[in-house]
Amino acid sequence: MHELAITVIGPDRTGIVADVAEALAAVGANLTDSTMTRLRGHFTMTLVCTGPSSAEAVEALESLSGVVTSVSSVEPEDDRQAGGEPYVVSVHGADRLGIVAAVTRVVAAAGGNITDLSTRLAGTLYVLLAEVDLPAGSAGELAEQLAVAAAELGVEVTLRRAESEIL
Amino acid sequence: MTSPVAWDGPEGTVLPVVSAPATVLSTVGDEVDPADPAIVQLAADLVATMRISPGCVGLAAPQVGVGAQIFAVDVTGHPKAATTHGTFVLCNAKVIEASRWKAGREGCMSVPDLTGDVKRAGRVVVSAMLPGTGEAVEITTDAFEARALQHEIDHCDGKLFLDRVAGAHAIYQRKVYL
Repeated sequence: MHELAITVIGPDRTGIVADVAEALAAVGANLTDSTMTRLRGHFTMTLVCTGPSSAEAVEALESLSGVVTSVSSVEPEDDRQAGGEPYVVSVHGADRLGIVAAVTRVVAAAGGNITDLSTRLAGTLYVLLAEVDLPAGSAGELAEQLAVAAAELGVEVTLRRAESEIL
Repeated sequence: MTSPVAWDGPEGTVLPVVSAPATVLSTVGDEVDPADPAIVQLAADLVATMRISPGCVGLAAPQVGVGAQIFAVDVTGHPKAATTHGTFVLCNAKVIEASRWKAGREGCMSVPDLTGDVKRAGRVVVSAMLPGTGEAVEITTDAFEARALQHEIDHCDGKLFLDRVAGAHAIYQRKVYL
């Protein structure tokens, strides 16, 4: 079955999720993984769904006013990533250009795969949180490299194990 | 010293573990008669199934398809455990005191692909009955054993950790496979 990757962005208002989800359900789109959040007043939806053709999804979303949408056909991917050690990177400090670029480049150079990332600017405070899968045994060295990058950026960084307990 | 609540019952049979979505995992379990031979057998089966499952530190009846308030726990040797009571089985357990709340990321054998951030008490007092004798007991524990007890009592109450996840971005694809 083919999958569609859809984005919808518009000014936040009550009912925006319901309107988009209803429009997609009406053409038989089954939402699978999605993330939806408000970014500085813009409501943003990124989702993967199965069911309709790309043209049907585009037509369904055209009925919505005031939003920017995109629909792309994508190949189904296996998103299970066994192996790797789960860590969380936290960065906070005064906002400046290039924090995300510098931090994520250090993570990538260490072979770390970012699986989730969000940033928030609150006043002058910039905050970055990332979930990262690291090659086994690489955390100590990455922590040192992140500390160097953080010092150059003038921000604080911590790398900690995302421990989960299976009960 | 042997724990006063330690399981000392018959050999059990390993049962298949139910994965969500399943009605039994979302249904409040029935209170049980701890002296009922069928409940003693279920206790033994829970212990047997827990022991054979890698990394498993607790298993509740709804996870083997039985809507009943009974579960097995054993956190012996776990790095996050402090107080431990060995392998034990509790019937009709209730949390009567809870304090030292702390967030932690947890997963569940019945939700194999996800983990989530859940706040649990780091110290609890639990009242319950022991299978077989029906003896009423109160268990005071902390740290990882306290978290395990709350997780299993939730199962008996028809709740999964998913019902307690801290927020919309607090569930994760499980990355480490046992």
